[in-house]
Amino acid sequence: MSTYTWRTLILEIVFIIVGIIFLIPFLVLLSVAFRNPNAPRGPFDLTWPPSLDNLVTAWQTSAMGAALLNSAIITIISVILIVVFASAAAYPLSRYTQRWSRGVFYFFVAGLLVAGQASILPLYTFVRDIGLMNTLWAVILIEVGANMPFTIFLYTAFLRELPRDYEEASQIDGAGPTRVFVSVVFPLLRPVTGTILILTALGVWNDFFTPLLYLSGGGNKTAPLTLYTYVGQYSSNWPLVFSALLLSILPILVLYVFTQRYIIRGFASGLKG
Amino acid sequence: MTETVQSVGQTAQAATRRKRSRIGVRPPVWFLIPAVVVYLIVVVVPNLRGFGYAFTDWDGISAGFDFVGFKNFAHLLDDPNTVSAFTNTILFTLGTALLQNVVGLGLALVCNSLIKTKQWLRLVFFLPVVLTPIVTAYLWSYLLNPDGTVNELLRQAGLGAFQQDWLGDPGIALWSIVFAAVWQGVGFTMVIYLAGLQGVSQDVLEAAAIDGAGPSRRLFQVILPLINGAVVINVLLTLTSGLKQFDLVFAMTSGGPAGATQTLAFIIYKNAFTNLDYPTAVAQGVVLTLIVAVVAIVQLRLTTRKGLE
Repeated sequence: MSTYTWRTLILEIVFIIVGIIFLIPFLVLLSVAFRNPNAPRGPFDLTWPPSLDNLVTAWQTSAMGAALLNSAIITIISVILIVVFASAAAYPLSRYTQRWSRGVFYFFVAGLLVAGQASILPLYTFVRDIGLMNTLWAVILIEVGANMPFTIFLYTAFLRELPRDYEEASQIDGAGPTRVFVSVVFPLLRPVTGTILILTALGVWNDFFTPLLYLSGGGNKTAPLTLYTYVGQYSSNWPLVFSALLLSILPILVLYVFTQRYIIRGFASGLKG
Repeated sequence: MTETVQSVGQTAQAATRRKRSRIGVRPPVWFLIPAVVVYLIVVVVPNLRGFGYAFTDWDGISAGFDFVGFKNFAHLLDDPNTVSAFTNTILFTLGTALLQNVVGLGLALVCNSLIKTKQWLRLVFFLPVVLTPIVTAYLWSYLLNPDGTVNELLRQAGLGAFQQDWLGDPGIALWSIVFAAVWQGVGFTMVIYLAGLQGVSQDVLEAAAIDGAGPSRRLFQVILPLINGAVVINVLLTLTSGLKQFDLVFAMTSGGPAGATQTLAFIIYKNAFTNLDYPTAVAQGVVLTLIVAVVAIVQLRLTTRKGLE
């Protein structure tokens, strides 16, 4: 069992093949997006030489550039607010042991059990009535609120295990409680903050439902929502649709290639507890 | 899970308090305010209002509304759309949860073995997890269309008889979406199992093998009990995400053909924003919220009882 035998070799070969089959959708995505209309189509829709025309046309006709920028703005602002609000709230929750503090903690954690489908319409009419419809702030507000339970749970669990020696030392040195949090406690939270950054950034970027409700009627669309509108216009033109798909996921793919180790670790550690 | 973390935290806190009762860290309580406010606005108040409105004829526009008791819920029972969406949601959820856990565990066992390419395989199987679900939906719409890649591969493999209109046949469409969902999510399930498997020592497995336990007995009687925590979390996450499925259905089939793939999350959206039938949508939302909460609570009970960390 602990040595590499011919059985291990067979296992290895079989799963390399499984892995390749698993990647076929990505291969097809690339070959349709780069399809050359004048070349014969090979297996998996491959054409040679590849053509960049579809990508250029899709970029020009889809407003994907502005959409990527909107997605980036929403994701960055939401993630910053999530990290600041959740870490700040978790600090007192982890340091006070009175009944009220446990109560507030469970009040947040209860949100993990709530799917949210009952709240869609009341929230929708509220956003409409306060005049945030078709603004990026509507989506940011909802992403931040919806992420509070999970992130506060992670931060509080981590802070409870964190020794208080550093905080006390800097308190003795004369730092006020806000100063202690900003320059001592928050930097110590780095492992959890990393996990939260990865999970919430991907979640916010990939969210389709919230932008569908709040940004559909205006000019400020996110990348997934723009894709949806674009497919509505060009549904029969797969090379253009797939070019738009590729453009919309390019930032995620680049990020994945460079940070895959942290992303996988973030998923494993964040959702285990 | 929560209680274990908390009791450990409390013992540590009690010890610290005794040692340095003079100093004591007292963070400002106002640190809670931003989180509490945004959580109240986005989660707590809208949900409470939703649960209240489910018993009224609230339409979101007129200021007044009347209490109608359980009328909205009674209406759901004789609405064929709700009943079929309920059945579809259950089938979809059980299908994805079962497939994703079995395949995910298999892939995790492979990626935890001695093969040399395991880092690469882990990367490959995890890749769809970061993909935008709506992108997955369009990708598979193409692969599964009657002239798409899947049918093409079947024909070339001499299995032309198995070609289907994967998303157009009411008997198959739901399972095609299950397949796309599993392709997207299985890497995530695998990673959680992998984290569990890395805590299982090789010595234990070798001892079991020496004692004469075959591969399947080692899996069911040694490995699975040891990674019980990962099993519970994976089952919980696959069940709840299955129950809430919206994106794939919305973009792949719009609930069709003939309603064969509509899920609860999908008809809630349709009733609210296409049919503008607010009372029905809110009542359906309450039903779905209760189902998800019951599943989650049952799962968490199992977790805490088994003393999982």
